[in-house]
Amino acid sequence: MQYLNDPERLMKLLTQLTHGFGTTLSIFAMTLIISLPLGMIVALGRMSRHKLISAPVSFYILIMRGTPLMLQLFAVYFFLPRLIGPIPRLNAVYIAFGLNYAAYFAEIYRGGIMSIPPGQYEAAQVLGFTRSQTFMRIILPQTVKRVLLPVSNEVITLVKDTSLATAIAVSEMFLTAKNMTSSSGSVEPLFIAGVFYLLMNAVVTAFFNFLTNRFNYYHD
Amino acid sequence: MLSASHIRKTFDGAEVLRDVSLSVKEGEVVAIIGRSGSGKSTLLRCINHLEKIDSGEITIGKDTLVSSVDGKAVYAPQDRLRALCLKMGFVFQSYNLFPHWTVLDNLCIPQTAVLHRSRREAEKKALALLSRVGLGDRGSAYPCQLSGGQQQRVAIARALALDPEILCFDEPTSALDPELTREVLTVIRDLAKEKHTMLIVTHEMKFAREVADRIVFMHEGVIAAQGTPDEIMKGGNEQLLAFMGDLDQ
Repeated sequence: MQYLNDPERLMKLLTQLTHGFGTTLSIFAMTLIISLPLGMIVALGRMSRHKLISAPVSFYILIMRGTPLMLQLFAVYFFLPRLIGPIPRLNAVYIAFGLNYAAYFAEIYRGGIMSIPPGQYEAAQVLGFTRSQTFMRIILPQTVKRVLLPVSNEVITLVKDTSLATAIAVSEMFLTAKNMTSSSGSVEPLFIAGVFYLLMNAVVTAFFNFLTNRFNYYHD
Repeated sequence: MLSASHIRKTFDGAEVLRDVSLSVKEGEVVAIIGRSGSGKSTLLRCINHLEKIDSGEITIGKDTLVSSVDGKAVYAPQDRLRALCLKMGFVFQSYNLFPHWTVLDNLCIPQTAVLHRSRREAEKKALALLSRVGLGDRGSAYPCQLSGGQQQRVAIARALALDPEILCFDEPTSALDPELTREVLTVIRDLAKEKHTMLIVTHEMKFAREVADRIVFMHEGVIAAQGTPDEIMKGGNEQLLAFMGDLDQ
């Protein structure tokens, strides 16, 4: 009990973890900012009737879901600079995570869109809605309700996946904790970092519960 | 007002409509009856462009929805199709209300988004139609809070809100128990009295005889008999008699 018995050392640990947590939060936020909308574009591409669009998009989803995120992170960090010049580590994380999570969200969105009964499209058609009106006003709003639960699963996974950024030495919270464990020989920093992840996911869970309740005003 | 001629339609090689011709005059109420699988719903869905025909011709008023060139159906351009289909209202067996909108929005948003009416104008129309179908106080409810019969009456009001020239019903009471069926049929009966042009696919033989100016009996993809209710009952078509016999049991 090197840290928990010693308030001064504990404060120092918490300060450093909190600093690392800022980076963890930025990875979390940027990944969602990129992947939540990008996922919709990917989902629409995947559902396109044109093979020239749907086939490459399917392949993209296969690669993103079929290989380790850590490997994708290495690929972005080591190979992307050869194409576009040097990029900061953190940006490599944003790009790799954003592309990866977009693939998962895309499949969730696709499942949601396909679960809307055909009768909704038919009713929209006989009432004269255009295809884009049908999607934006009738299909999409109903899809949001249907995908909340699977999306919340992915978001919770993302909280924990941020620790993968350690692989390219981005100093987020997990790397900070690991370094302190190495230097002190105590595993306490790692477990305290674990509490941070747990608390963050408690907040995420509460947020999704709130959203789910907000959408409870109707059921199918 | 509406004319469909020589309609052919196949599903995966199976002929569902075999050279069917049907026309509806203004103010006329036509009921289409027949067994399940006789093609009656498919015919109605083809007329409303919910299914594509293989060949034949459909005109609404003076406008052509689809015609045939060398035995293949050629449809009007997309925008034209949309405008033409708006001349028809369609009521589904399963209502197909939009569950995420209130009853009032279900009636208003199609008016504002499609016909570009103002919200005020749309609401006025919607409220008038809702009280006409006996649901004047349910505008703020969501479809899930209504019974099947109420939902179907909202669906009828929703179709009427766009002022269609022809109102089409696809087995509007098949999903309802007898009591709820009655309240929906009452609404349709009132529309018939007002001389709305209607095309009704139904199982309700008694109702068809009562409201229809003309009954069309379909059997295995063709129109086997048609005429006024009296004519068709006296006509003695064998399949129709068998069908009626089954209904009585």
